[in-house]
Amino acid sequence: MLPLIKREIVEKKKVLTVEEFIEGLSVAQSLPGAIAINTACFVGRRARGITGTLVSVLGASLPSFLIILFVASFFLQYRHLEVVQNFFRGATPAIVALIIGAVIDIGKSALDDRGDLIIAFILFFLVFFLELHPLWIVLIGGALGVIRRK
Amino acid sequence: MIYLQLFLAFLRVGFFSFGGGMAALPLIEKEVVDTYQWLSNGEFLELVALSELTPGPIGINCATFTGFKVIGIWGSLVATSAFCLPSILLVTLVFHSLSHFEENIWVQRFLRGLRPVVIALIGIAAYSLAQKGIKDWFAVGLGMIVFIFVYRKKTNPILFLLLSGVAGLIWYGA
Repeated sequence: MLPLIKREIVEKKKVLTVEEFIEGLSVAQSLPGAIAINTACFVGRRARGITGTLVSVLGASLPSFLIILFVASFFLQYRHLEVVQNFFRGATPAIVALIIGAVIDIGKSALDDRGDLIIAFILFFLVFFLELHPLWIVLIGGALGVIRRK
Repeated sequence: MIYLQLFLAFLRVGFFSFGGGMAALPLIEKEVVDTYQWLSNGEFLELVALSELTPGPIGINCATFTGFKVIGIWGSLVATSAFCLPSILLVTLVFHSLSHFEENIWVQRFLRGLRPVVIALIGIAAYSLAQKGIKDWFAVGLGMIVFIFVYRKKTNPILFLLLSGVAGLIWYGA
C-alpha cells in the first residue's frame, strides 16, 4: 500500500518531497489509527491545510466504506445459510494462522529484550483473566515505557 | 442512544489502536462483542475474515460493517467518522512540530513502551479468534497447513484464505 501512496503523492502529484514523505510516514506510523488514514491526513494537510486533511481522509476511507457497505448488505441477508457458514468455518483457522504468523514476526523483533516479552505476557493475562479493556494495556505499556528509560 | 454509543466506541478504538489493524482487533472485539453486543462471536469472526478479504484498513472495515448492522448507513457513517477523527485531530496537533514530536524523549519512551503491548494485543487477537472459531481437529489441521504455506513459504495469504474457505465447504458440506 505504501509504495502506492508514494507513487501518487511524491512522484506523480509532487505534493511532498521524498524526505517529507518519509518524515510524515514515520509520524503516521507512531500515531494511533490506520496508517493509510494518518498518512492521508498528513499529505492533505501539507497540500491544502485543514480542508486538504478532510478531503484526503474522505478519499482514503471512501473505497473501503463503499465496498463494506455493499458486502454487508448482502452478507447480513445470507450469512445464516449453511454454505456461507461452512465457508467461514474453513476460513477462520486460516485467519488465526495469519495472525499467529504476525505475532511470531513481531515477537522475534523483540527477542533481544527479555523485559519486553515478560511485559507482553503479563499484559496478555491482564486482558484474559481480569478482562481488562485492551485500552488499559496500551496505557500501562506506554507508562512502563516512560518509566523504564530503555 | 445508539449513534452516540457507536461514535464513542469507535472513537476509543481510533484513539488506542497503535501498531496496525491486527493489534486493533481486541479493542474492536471488546467494544462490539463484549460491551455493546452489536455482533455475535460468529459475526465478529466473519467480519475479521471479510476485512482480510477486502481492501482497506481493518478499523474502517469493522466500523462500517458494525454501524451498518446496528442501524444502517447512518450508523456506518458515524462509526467510520469516529474511527478517523483521532487521526485527524492528532495529525493536526503535531503537524507544526513534527520534528519536536519525533525527538521528544517522552514520546519516544511511550512509543518504545508500546512494543510489548502490540505483541500482547496481536496475541490476544489470535487466541480469542482461535477460541471462538477452531472447534475440531479438521480446523486445527487446516490452520497448521495455512500457517506452513503462508508463514514459511510466503504464499499469498488471500489465496489461502479463500482456499481454506473452500476446504471448509468440502469438509463440512456445501
